[in-house]
Amino acid sequence: MVAAALERTFDRLLPQWRAAARRDGPGPTREAPPRPAVGGARLGVRAVSHAFDIRGTPLPVLDRVDLDVEPGGFVALLGPSGCGKSTLLRLLAGLEPPDSGRITLDGQPVEGPDPSRLLVFQDPTLYPWRTVRGNVTLGLEARGVAGDRRERAGAALRLVGLEGFEDAYPHQLSGGMAQRAALARALVNEPRLLLLDEPLGKLDALTRLAMQAELLRLWREKRFTAVLVTHDVEEALVLAERVIVLPDRPASVRADIAVGRPYPRHRDDPELVRLRREILAILGQPT
Amino acid sequence: MASLSEGAGLAPREGRAAGRLPLAALGAGAAWIALAAATQLLPEAGDFPYTGAFATTSLAAGLALLALAPLAHRLGHAGAWLRHRTPWLAVLALAFLAWELVTAKLEWLPMPFFPPPQAILEVFAEDWRKLGGSTLNSLKLLAGGYLIGAAAGVALGVAIGWSRTVGYWAHPVLRFVGPLPATAWLPLAFFVFPSSWSASTFLVALATGFPVTVLTWSGVAGVNKAYFDVARTLGASQRFLVLRVAVPAALPHVFVGLFMGLGGSFAVLVVAEMLGVKSGLGWYLQWAQGWAAYANLYAALIVMALMCSGLITLLFRLRDRLLSWQKGLVQW
Ligand SMILES: Nc1ncnc2c1ncn2[C@@H]1O[C@H](COP(=O)(O)OP(=O)(O)OP(=O)(O)O)[C@@H](O)[C@H]1O
Ligand SMILES: [Mg+2]
Repeated sequence: MVAAALERTFDRLLPQWRAAARRDGPGPTREAPPRPAVGGARLGVRAVSHAFDIRGTPLPVLDRVDLDVEPGGFVALLGPSGCGKSTLLRLLAGLEPPDSGRITLDGQPVEGPDPSRLLVFQDPTLYPWRTVRGNVTLGLEARGVAGDRRERAGAALRLVGLEGFEDAYPHQLSGGMAQRAALARALVNEPRLLLLDEPLGKLDALTRLAMQAELLRLWREKRFTAVLVTHDVEEALVLAERVIVLPDRPASVRADIAVGRPYPRHRDDPELVRLRREILAILGQPT
Repeated sequence: MASLSEGAGLAPREGRAAGRLPLAALGAGAAWIALAAATQLLPEAGDFPYTGAFATTSLAAGLALLALAPLAHRLGHAGAWLRHRTPWLAVLALAFLAWELVTAKLEWLPMPFFPPPQAILEVFAEDWRKLGGSTLNSLKLLAGGYLIGAAAGVALGVAIGWSRTVGYWAHPVLRFVGPLPATAWLPLAFFVFPSSWSASTFLVALATGFPVTVLTWSGVAGVNKAYFDVARTLGASQRFLVLRVAVPAALPHVFVGLFMGLGGSFAVLVVAEMLGVKSGLGWYLQWAQGWAAYANLYAALIVMALMCSGLITLLFRLRDRLLSWQKGLVQW
């Protein structure tokens, strides 16, 4: 009921919110200049296991995780806190090598971080000494991309509805705005695989709904491959084409559920309600 | 953004200051005129050629305060400063008056050791060439040593914080040698270095370098690891990670080190000038003491205080510029 009420409010708010997000550019030229479509990458995860060492005792976190995501797919990883979701994303981003198993992108093994696979961290981790724009241009600077950095940062910030905050410092942003800035920092690099670690976790319910819709729009527009970590079952069902359930630690794929509903989806869609019950049962929750 | 809240906080205080402005300013003016009168009119024990000049200066200050009192609210920044500092100006006049009385007028303090204000004014007026030259020499020596020490300290600190190998070799040396006061090296330095100037530069650099190194190092070591993860996924090179992530993130610590280093470098500077270099304010102090020219001693101390305070202010200004992104900076 609460969700439905939120949804109604949201349906009212979203058009306004979008209008606000696009206020700058009048007429047909308002969108950022078209870029060559890069397209999503195919992700392959084969029997990936990983353990951490906590004072001499190994703590297994991932247990032979298998996962395939087709180019341009949208997969949600769902699991309770501490089950190893962030760890899996760090491995996919190439920040750490897995203890065993293989991770490939379009058949190429992942051997280190690369801007084509970007991770939006659970914490926004913006650099406090840079303005919002400076944070967004970080990847362009790091790779020495010449030219229209300002413009591209501006376009990315418009996408996430942060226009007007280009010159603000992170400590002047709200938690949700910081999350959106972090999203813009990734998007500006046109990644082929976008790894999202609970990017909406810190948002209030309303902004969260709006951001889910925006995320969906971005994904459908840019066609990157998306892996979204969340512990919100509804969020997973509304956004993803497939929901992967990792019910406990060490994480392994317990269920791989295809959500065959067209976008935009509604939370009270009976099929989604049914799936939600199914997933909660897998997670061992009474429904 | 930051100035917004600041302005909001200041506004009511300024309002109150403006309300009691004329009285306070009149009081301050009166105090300076009283100082002038006491200096000029009371008989003094001794021969001070600048008594008249001091009285005139005080009188001018008093009259200026009286004249500016009704205008202060129209003088913008200078006026605001004047309003804010009026109580201080009044107390300053009273302090001068007390000083004048206990030295030249009543001789409660033994004379050659405690000269009256006009004797110090005399030093500034008569000996400004030597005093100014000494200040300049001190500044040159300090600047050379400090800049070398700061640059080396930052570089070494970053290297230790960044590279395991450098840390492995440099850490024990730093721990063993670093805490030694730079002045302890003095006899050795003057013996080893070709000139007392280069020896002193080395000592100042040493005194600066140690705290800068340690704090830069701890700053770099303490940088949030997630900052590096972010940069690495975005395609950053090692160079970028050091220069654009580690250094800016460690900068608040670096400035603490630079501040501590500056304090240490003052101490070493004075000692080095007293013992080795035959120039600079430290040497001037030594010289004044040798000739029992106590007024010169005080004058040099005043100049030195101004110099040190000015340099620290400069450092804080630089920090405020570079760290404007930080909240809640200490105001110097
Ligand atoms: N660097 C590390 N060193 C040791 N143990 C770690 C490290 N990182 C994570 N772990 C452990 O691995 C487990 C999984 O952590 P992870 O961050 O992947 O969980 P998560 O599924 O993302 O949880 P949450 O939803 O709360 O973010 C936890 O038990 C944690 O204690
Ligand atoms: Mg996590």
